[in-house]
Amino acid sequence: MAAKQETAAAVRDVEQYKYGFVTAIESDKAPKGLSEDIVRFISAKKGEPEWMLEWRLKAYRYWLTLADQEPTWAKLSYPKIDYQDSYYYAAPKQKLASMDEVDPKLLETYKKLGIPLAEQAILAGVAVDAVFDSVSVATTYKKKLEEMGVIFKPISEAVHSHSELIKKYLGSVVPYTDNFFATLNCAVFTDGSFVYIPKGLRCPMELSTYFRINEKNTGQFERTLIIAEEGSYVSYLEGCTAPQRDENQLHAAVVELIALDNAEIKYSTVQNWYPGDADGKGGIFNFVTKRGACRGKNSKIMWTQVETGSAITWKYPSCILQGDGSVGEFYSVAITNNRQQADTGTKMIHLGANTRSKIISKGISAGKADNTYRGLVRIGAKADGARNYTQCDSLLIGDQCGAHTVPYIESRNPTAQTEHEATTSKISEDHLFYCQQRGMTQEEAVSLIVNGFCREVLQTLPMEFAVEAQKLVGISLEGSVG
Amino acid sequence: MALLEIKNLHVSVADKKILNGVSLSLSAGEVHAIMGPNGTGKSTLSNVIAGRAGYEVTEGEVLLDGKDVFAMAADERARAGIFLAFQYPVEIPGVTTSNFLKTAINAKRRSEGKPEIDAMEFLKLVRAKTKVLGMPDDMIKRALNVGFSGGEKKRAEVLQMTLLEPRVAILDETDSGLDIDALKVVSDGVNALRSPDRAFLIITHYQRLLDYIVPDHVHVLVGGKVVESGGKELALQLEAEGYARYLSAA
Ligand SMILES: Nc1ncnc2c1ncn2[C@@H]1O[C@H](COP(=O)(O)OP(=O)(O)OP(=O)(O)O)[C@@H](O)[C@H]1O
Ligand SMILES: [Mg+2]
Repeated sequence: MAAKQETAAAVRDVEQYKYGFVTAIESDKAPKGLSEDIVRFISAKKGEPEWMLEWRLKAYRYWLTLADQEPTWAKLSYPKIDYQDSYYYAAPKQKLASMDEVDPKLLETYKKLGIPLAEQAILAGVAVDAVFDSVSVATTYKKKLEEMGVIFKPISEAVHSHSELIKKYLGSVVPYTDNFFATLNCAVFTDGSFVYIPKGLRCPMELSTYFRINEKNTGQFERTLIIAEEGSYVSYLEGCTAPQRDENQLHAAVVELIALDNAEIKYSTVQNWYPGDADGKGGIFNFVTKRGACRGKNSKIMWTQVETGSAITWKYPSCILQGDGSVGEFYSVAITNNRQQADTGTKMIHLGANTRSKIISKGISAGKADNTYRGLVRIGAKADGARNYTQCDSLLIGDQCGAHTVPYIESRNPTAQTEHEATTSKISEDHLFYCQQRGMTQEEAVSLIVNGFCREVLQTLPMEFAVEAQKLVGISLEGSVG
Repeated sequence: MALLEIKNLHVSVADKKILNGVSLSLSAGEVHAIMGPNGTGKSTLSNVIAGRAGYEVTEGEVLLDGKDVFAMAADERARAGIFLAFQYPVEIPGVTTSNFLKTAINAKRRSEGKPEIDAMEFLKLVRAKTKVLGMPDDMIKRALNVGFSGGEKKRAEVLQMTLLEPRVAILDETDSGLDIDALKVVSDGVNALRSPDRAFLIITHYQRLLDYIVPDHVHVLVGGKVVESGGKELALQLEAEGYARYLSAA
């Protein structure tokens, strides 16, 4: 009898995206579509001052002039987005005054997501702000932070309570004219976090925000602003999830960071929006503008991102190195599986003397996915002694996926030094068999190898989240072999 | 019942017949050696037992404790106690040896319903074993096999075997590339593992290894077939005469 020997392919019909549930909660929505009225509606909902509304309207009117300027240079393909076919505001109906009043269903949702909001269950040393659709629902550890002079609150509140800071800094790193998606965000942003670290303070706890899209057909446009005063330090982490839906949903966030003299901001992202199903149906369109300004001398901004979700990722967290001796770092893991597409990287703009930047990018591509690193290192004429080191590694799983590296280097200063290294490798049958021979399942093997490949980046995450991120790396590649 | 039973095994690779009816029976507690010229199918045999893809078994079976090995995926076979020390261990970039070992140990423990190994216990265990094998302490901090010398890779294979305590250990030319001292160290490692409930299948080209690891049986594999079996004196005879006798007959 002839027996054909084959490695049994592990069939995976198990649900992979464990955050794909919907919370049945009554919500307060703006009518569908986008218009000046909607912008006014959002502003009114938030009870915003006139200047804020004016800024939004300015952005909205400018956005109208960009109608045909949605960026197309990225290596991404997706159907044209109908901006009138989305809701721009959704809020859980209840208005809340304290944690105790948060709808238990919401708390339940966050518990499922692994984010304990109830005061007693809070991860020690991590203050959490949670944004559900368009509004912030809870900020924990508020009091403790206040005592230290740290402001960590929904930006919609800060507009009222700290209007001077908002006026001074909002749009100062990403102006409303910046780009199509950022401009849209300026007009319709709904909530997000505001962080202010006073002079000389090393914020002793991680600040963390969780974003969750729950409503159907709702865009999420959050806006985050972080200011680190002279000599201060803060580590901030954001996490994102969304339910599983057949329709694509738009997410266009803006994050601005400002580091003054000798200040340091560490910004970490674990992005796990719903990626769509194996055939590319559904999933989040993630168009994000993140930029930090190292305004002060010897200031430092460090971006770490672990991007595993979204159908489309368009994202280039950048640093403007203005202050002499300032430092920008970008550590990225971008994983695309099935039909996911990611075009992500960074821009390091060296303006000050002796500025330094470091870029470590790890792209992992599986299934029929496409993964592009796109980065710019620009050295200005005055950036004497500027230095950049860039390392881009790509890892392919299977032979139907793509990895691309598009590094741009522009130097206007002959004393500057830039260095670029790139590698592409593949997880081979031999690697997998070796691991399996030691008792690991194929999936364990992939997770182990990919985590090894990403180690340098994952190590930069705050400890509590590094473990989660490692698991996520494994989960997002389930079904990529066999 | 034999621990590992290979019955009339026929295997092809890319439509080329490699194994032509191999039968071997390994009882618990035994050490079997396989010798044979290059390209005769020794590694093919080990790979097929371990479950590497790409081989077509056209006839025959392999039983572990009477159970059909071919019905199990490669990782299941490993967890059931089949271990292969590779002739050419692959490099696993980015994965530290220590992390790899821990993952492998935990995969086994999980299948036995045991909790994950405690970090301190793991370190102690690995330290003790690396010391016996003459491996420097910081070796386990390096990515597995990456930049390891030929001999270091072989030691790392033996280290894994020692930690995973398999029921059937197949060593595919683990002695090649080892210096004289390492040969002794590795042999000691194997001998220390010899036990009444474990069997070894040792593939080698050199009689010398069998001075250290004394086999119960020696088999000669030529042309994808076992052409002769005997005691350890057969290895000495092969060393003196070579394979000419079998080749001309074939
Ligand atoms: N994937 C493959 N495609 C074609 N031929 C193969 C393949 N794998 C093995 N072979 C052939 O099968 C035969 C047996 O190879 P195998 O590696 O089992 O020999 P071996 O006895 O282990 O030799 P050595 O002593 O040199 O290690 C060789 O002729 C080899 O070229
Ligand atoms: Mg061989």
